Formats: sequence, structure tokens, C-alpha cells
Amino acid sequence: MNENKLLLRFSAISENESFSRLAVASFCSSSNLTIEDITDIKTAVSEAVTNAVVHAYNGADGEIEIHVKVDEEKIHIEIIDFGVGIEDIEEAKKPFYTSKPESERSGMGFTVMEGFMDEMIVESKVGVGTKVALIKKINK
Amino acid sequence: MNIKCVKNGDVLYVMLIGELDEYSASYIRNKLDNIFENDTFESVVFELSDLEFMDSTGIGVLIGRYKKLVKNNKKIYISNPSNTIEKIFNMSGIYDIMPKIS
Repeated sequence: MNENKLLLRFSAISENESFSRLAVASFCSSSNLTIEDITDIKTAVSEAVTNAVVHAYNGADGEIEIHVKVDEEKIHIEIIDFGVGIEDIEEAKKPFYTSKPESERSGMGFTVMEGFMDEMIVESKVGVGTKVALIKKINK
Repeated sequence: MNIKCVKNGDVLYVMLIGELDEYSASYIRNKLDNIFENDTFESVVFELSDLEFMDSTGIGVLIGRYKKLVKNNKKIYISNPSNTIEKIFNMSGIYDIMPKIS
């Protein structure tokens, strides 16, 4: 089975959000996905990168890695940071939960990722970082 | 990201143009607050037909503006979101406080 891979590593600043979601979307665009699937992927990646910029590094210097693997059945995307980590993943995933209510955050990031992708797996270790795996199935 | 405003009677139409994400959010927040403080109107319509991209950061921005405007009894509406943005609006329940109009 043919597999196509992409690796991006970039500074964790919000300026790079647009670039990173567009890069992933255009890498996936050669697959047999609908325009709606591609927009879903773009939005989900933007949510994960925003979380890394805002929560994992909180303004401190850091880097984000995005790994994308595409095969005939699915798009597998991992967004990885090396920031503070998430203490309670289940709580963080709850709709409208935000650790920063004072800064007008909606707390919808994980909810959007879950809703827009077929699968979401979050792994995190406090002080080490967070990995968000997102899967989109390709309809044949 | 750009904003254009058109007033029709008591209604202020605010067109959001471009991509609303974490990067553009603070600019949009300040610009909108500035417009709302310096204009007289009874209701606001966010016209989104030229909003090419928005993630959940946009929900935070809109609800933040709502909280300020509702204190002065202003009404807020949303018009013409893309299908993807519509999905985020539906997930968030934002239409309960700023209904969609056509």
C-alpha cells in the first residue's frame, strides 16, 4: 500500500497557524477527499495548533511538530508539542471547559476536533508535552 | 483580516473578511470594541459571507463582544456563515444568543 508522509516543525507562534493548516490541507488535497473533508481537516489542525500555542507554551518559546500520514484509507495527523502538558485530559476535552476563562476562550477546541474528524486521541504528560492524533477516513 | 461597516437605520452591518483565528483575534477584538464604542446603533449584524476561515477562537471573540453589547441592550445577529463555520456555531449553541438571519 502506498503511503505518503509529511513532517512540519515550526515555532509555536500564532502567526504560523495559517501556514500550518494550509500546508496540511494542501498535502491532503491529492487524496480522494471532498472539499468539506479538507476544510474539516484545516479547522481541526487550527484548533490543535492554537491549543499548543496558547496552552502548551503560553507565550514562551517552543516548537510544534505536525506529522501527516496518508494512505488509501485514511489521513492520520499528529500535532505534537513539548510544552506544559495537560493534567486532566478528560476535563480538558469537556465542551466549554477552558483553563483561561478570563481571556475570552470558548473552550470548544477539542469539541471541534472531535466533531470534524473521525477519531481523536489525546496523550499528554505534565512537563513533557502533548500529542493529539486526528484521523479522517477517506470515503471510496 | 479586515472589517467593513455599513449602517442602515439603527442596524450596524459588520462584515468580517478573511481568516479569524488566534493570530487575528486580538486585532479584531480591539477593532470591534472601538467601532461599537464610537457608533450609535440598536443592533449589530455580523455579515460572514467573506469570512473564509474561522476556528473556535472566533466563538470566544463573538461571545466576548456579545457580553459587552448586551449590557447596553443591543441585539446581535449572524448572517451568511460558510457550511464549516455553521457547524462550529451549531456545536457552540451561539445561535441561542445571536440568532442567524438571512
